[in-house]
Amino acid sequence: MPFDAMITRLALKPLALSACLALSALSANASQIFVSNERDNTVTVLDSATLALVKTITVGTRPRGIVISPDGREVLVCNGDSDNISVIDASTLEVSRTIDSGPDPETLALSPKGDVIYVSNENDSMVTLLDRGAGTVLARVPVGIEPEGLAVSADNKTVVDVSESTSMAHFIDVATRAVIANVLVDTRPRVAEYSRDGHDVWVTSEVGGTVAVIDASSHQVAHKIAFDIPGVRQELISPVGLRFSLDGRLAFVALGRANRVAVIETATFKVVKYLLVGDRVWQLALSPDGRTLYATNGLTNDLSVIDVVDLKTIRSVPVGRLPWGLVIKP
Amino acid sequence: MRKVQARTCVRAWTAASLFALCVSLRGGSAVAETAVQASQLDAGKVIHILYLAGDDPKASFLSLLQNQPDDEGEAGASLALDEVNLTGRFIGLHYTLDVVHLHGHSDLAAQTRPLLSTSKLIVAALTAPDLLTIASMPEAVDAVILDIGSSDDRLRQEQCRRNVFHLLPSIAMRSDALAQYLMKKRWARWLVLRGPSAEDQAWADDLHRSAARFGGKIVEDRLYSYDAGSRRVDTGYQQIQTQLPLATANAPSHDIVIVADTADFFGDYLPYNTTEPRPVAGTQGLVPVAWHPAFQEYSALQMQHRFELAAHRTMNERDYAGWLAIRAIGEASIRSGKTETADLGAFMRSKAFELAGFKGQAMTFRPWDQQLRQPVLLASALMVVSLSPQEGYLHPKFLTDTLGFDEPETKCHLTP
Repeated sequence: MPFDAMITRLALKPLALSACLALSALSANASQIFVSNERDNTVTVLDSATLALVKTITVGTRPRGIVISPDGREVLVCNGDSDNISVIDASTLEVSRTIDSGPDPETLALSPKGDVIYVSNENDSMVTLLDRGAGTVLARVPVGIEPEGLAVSADNKTVVDVSESTSMAHFIDVATRAVIANVLVDTRPRVAEYSRDGHDVWVTSEVGGTVAVIDASSHQVAHKIAFDIPGVRQELISPVGLRFSLDGRLAFVALGRANRVAVIETATFKVVKYLLVGDRVWQLALSPDGRTLYATNGLTNDLSVIDVVDLKTIRSVPVGRLPWGLVIKP
Repeated sequence: MRKVQARTCVRAWTAASLFALCVSLRGGSAVAETAVQASQLDAGKVIHILYLAGDDPKASFLSLLQNQPDDEGEAGASLALDEVNLTGRFIGLHYTLDVVHLHGHSDLAAQTRPLLSTSKLIVAALTAPDLLTIASMPEAVDAVILDIGSSDDRLRQEQCRRNVFHLLPSIAMRSDALAQYLMKKRWARWLVLRGPSAEDQAWADDLHRSAARFGGKIVEDRLYSYDAGSRRVDTGYQQIQTQLPLATANAPSHDIVIVADTADFFGDYLPYNTTEPRPVAGTQGLVPVAWHPAFQEYSALQMQHRFELAAHRTMNERDYAGWLAIRAIGEASIRSGKTETADLGAFMRSKAFELAGFKGQAMTFRPWDQQLRQPVLLASALMVVSLSPQEGYLHPKFLTDTLGFDEPETKCHLTP
């Protein structure tokens, strides 16, 4: 290389370097979507802005439930057949450690502060409470068969677990670690979610085809929401994932094999729209600004992107095989 | 606070000796050791279930890889018993299961009569004739009998009984499930090869019915009565390579060989031994079944794991039917809050009844013949190939009613 050319390059370097730094800072701050792929044993990371693939991270066997810590630093994934939780460093996108979870963890939830992990142990009918930092077991609470979805109240006083094969929502008192109420819902409940105001717990029933709205204090089913989609057979309507809009006015329910997301007005419990998505839509996640909803489609191996303002499905993006759950890093 | 008294007991009886053996089941008991809120223990209501196992010789198979487990059916029922007890403890219900092995076939009514005085809620792992004998007893009029042993069409047709519910798909449902798939594949020309027994004939009859329903063409229905003598013999391969090409030779053009060999005398020898290079389906080859150990869709993987942990073997369709039967009783009692046998039967017949069985939809009993509606799996030895009803076969009420005897054609009219 000629001497003068080298001088030029050296002179340019500081500029190029700073541009580079700016770029990397940008990408480090960009919102990312983490999708657990049950059959690939991976987590797909997508850039939220471009929906381009950032990385595919290998985790344990049969990853399903996935959450992100309140500070956005760690993504935790349940590996059902490895009996543990992979902890992904959200900045390096590497698995930094694994935590023993007890047998067959299907889903997990975090306390509002992020210090306690609640895990559904599907094969032995338990909810395990783990210390997130130390990875140690704090308690194991017996619940119904095939515990699945977990919801934590904003004050961290109550954890709601639904057991699929018992068809109940179990209200667990965190302080005493005891079940204080068992609420019978329709067949195969999948997901529980506190309403934004904390007044109710909404529970989806996959085989029953309904959503139960349970009063969080009286533990009574206050409302039951059914779905009727013209041209779609009733037995295909299988509600699973559920999320509320940021303002709490709308609830979104993934209807499984009906290949639609239902939009429900929470004030009236009326379905206002059905959004067509991919095959066997499973779980949902809302972007931090509340403007975009993402849905994993288990059988088409993709992610549907829904505009929450216009209530329209705007894109689909391929991910891994049998995508199950997802979280968004702000 | 009391401890849960939930040592789940399966009493194994023989009708002759009334010898009782109490076994503590794993799984449920481990959970039960843990202290639970007293409010969950306001028990008192107990539902007694009687499991009747017939005195039948074990099935024999051509392949060494296949065998009939001693606890077939029972293992599924035991697992489900743990499960309904786990759910029951939250609402004060407890279930017991008495397993009785009947002796012979001659005095079944005499053996069963004293048992019916303690429980009329029965899971029956019996052949069709034995089931009919017991279901027809005057003492069984108000019983609820959950049939997990038979797929015989007659029990769902001329010989149907109001006190019998069927958990396994009928032969007609299986045949229709296969036919829909073959038509979907456009494999419409079928060479039927049937064995000599009445059961084989019944299977072949259903194939004719399915062909007429779905547009298949049976190019020839051939009886194969060659008796191979001792099966699994060391000179086998030579004989097989001579006999089976002969059995399938000189047939009109066909897309597939469908075998009706319920006793597995020759069916498993057919694949790769036919004259023409054709796939084999029916009672062997690609088989229509209620359950298969390789089935993993619709959370079935969870069921497979749970069963293997409990039974230390894989789950077959009889186990699945046993599991379904106990879960049906659980569902009926937990949803209705009732424990009397008559009330449970009424609930199972009602529209409110729904059974989840890892097939992606709620399963219900057809009111006209009390057959459980369900998708049917089409499976090879290692893999589940498809699930019927196939897309495109429509029905105004239930897609699953495209399988078997639908209401307009039924000879059984139990609809209230």
